[in-house]
Amino acid sequence: MKFRALASTCAIVAFAGVAANADPADDTLVINGEIPIVTHTDAAPPYIEGLTEQYSGWHFREADTRAMEQDDFDNPGMLGVEAAAANWNEVDGTAGKACASCHEAPESMAGVRTQMPKYSEAKGTMMTLEMYINECRTERMGAEAWGWDDAAMVNMTALISSVSRGLPMNVAVDGPAAPYWEQGKEMYYTRYGQLELSCANCHEDNYGNYIRADHLSQGQINGFPVYRLKDAKLSSIHNRFKGCVRDTRAETFKPGSPEFIALEVYVASRGNGLSVESPSIRN
Amino acid sequence: MKRQLLLGLILTAAAGVAASAETAPADVAYEDGAVAQSLSGAAGNPEEGAKVISTRSLGNCVACHAITAMPSAAFQGNIGPSLDGVAGRWDEAGLRGIVSDAKMTFDGTMMPSFYKTGPYIRPGDAFTGKAAEGELPPLLSAQQIEDVVAYLMTLKE
Ligand code: HEC
Ligand code: HEC
Repeated sequence: MKFRALASTCAIVAFAGVAANADPADDTLVINGEIPIVTHTDAAPPYIEGLTEQYSGWHFREADTRAMEQDDFDNPGMLGVEAAAANWNEVDGTAGKACASCHEAPESMAGVRTQMPKYSEAKGTMMTLEMYINECRTERMGAEAWGWDDAAMVNMTALISSVSRGLPMNVAVDGPAAPYWEQGKEMYYTRYGQLELSCANCHEDNYGNYIRADHLSQGQINGFPVYRLKDAKLSSIHNRFKGCVRDTRAETFKPGSPEFIALEVYVASRGNGLSVESPSIRN
Repeated sequence: MKRQLLLGLILTAAAGVAASAETAPADVAYEDGAVAQSLSGAAGNPEEGAKVISTRSLGNCVACHAITAMPSAAFQGNIGPSLDGVAGRWDEAGLRGIVSDAKMTFDGTMMPSFYKTGPYIRPGDAFTGKAAEGELPPLLSAQQIEDVVAYLMTLKE
């Protein structure tokens, strides 16, 4: 009898422990002691009906993973940034130019990431950071396009994002962006695959909860590209989308597809107001 | 040629008869979400059910539900309610209905439909990310549903 009472008390304590851990960590992120990062806001943008507050995925990771982001020397994603910085100065292609020939230092890109994806009047289409990079390579450098998930591409998006760290995400949702945003929103609430799960099922209705061992975040993309400890490399936004759709037992979409470009516009807008945080660290 | 075709038809009919004790996913009769009859025509085995519930490639119910009586299943999720004492809240028919197609009991629920064959939006070939070829079998077989229900019936407070 006594033993049973004790055992059930233990069970209650253990359960309470789980519940406490389920909340987003109450913590603040300052990178290198000098770049404060807005990882939480009390209000989502008015056009995002499903969220009353915003959290970066950083809040849902364990303390040691969170700590790795506080100092660039501990952040393995910075190796990709350094590789891209070297690439930045390297001449490639028939025009005999490097990124640096037109753009000077990478710091000249500060603020660029906050507006991505951004509609290109010249091209008449919605363009992601990857697409702007390839436009420079093919049209101005006479170099070959990089693949969406090539290491060189992911590293370059990490470099360009890193010089915007601390600046608020601010993608346009109106004007020419509107139809892309609508398409992305529609996708966000579509229950794909044999498991019939939408992005919103996991990242809007259940952030903070656990799905098996995974602590669900809001699925924000302000930290992308992210360095995933599991893969020991940087991973693109579309690569993450691909994995999440696949996990619903669905036929997924391809990185760079019109569908994922539209979804990126919408998901980026859910994070408008959070700081650019890339390269961030995730499991 | 013609004879072969006829033979084919007879074989198909025979297969239909052999499986007739089993209710096909499209033929399950839901009454307020509940299903009275065993889907396989046989009783469930609670030990097999426990395996289905805890195995990632099968039901993986513990991805979303905690079950105190199953401590060996690590990292139980908390998306759905704890299943402790669930047999006190639902009778067998109610549980069979929830496990077969929870959307018949809980409108719009996130819980997947385990005994259904569609229609789905962009159905995939398991977790490969590729398109499914042809109609998908239900996530769990009729007997696996019965096994799971038999296990859930053991979860009394
Ligand atoms: C079955 C549940 C599930 C569904 C459905 C799902 N995801 Fe995820 N997603 C996860 C898990 C688990 C993780 C890893 C933990 C986390 O960050 O939430 C994740 C991570 C992410 C991340 C990385 C966040 C970060 O900070 O690193 C993004 C972005 C994301 N998901 C977007 C989406 C989008 C967009 C959709 C719909 C197309 C989607 N997810 C559908 C489970 C899901
Ligand atoms: C992706 C998440 C998910 C998975 C996987 C899942 N469930 Fe559920 N389940 C839920 C949710 C959410 C509810 C609550 C119903 C509602 O209101 O939407 C629920 C409710 C239930 C209930 C009713 C519980 C009560 O106390 O009323 C039972 C029984 C149940 N589930 C059994 C199972 C079994 C057995 C499996 C595996 C074969 C399973 N579930 C897999 C999410 C899930």
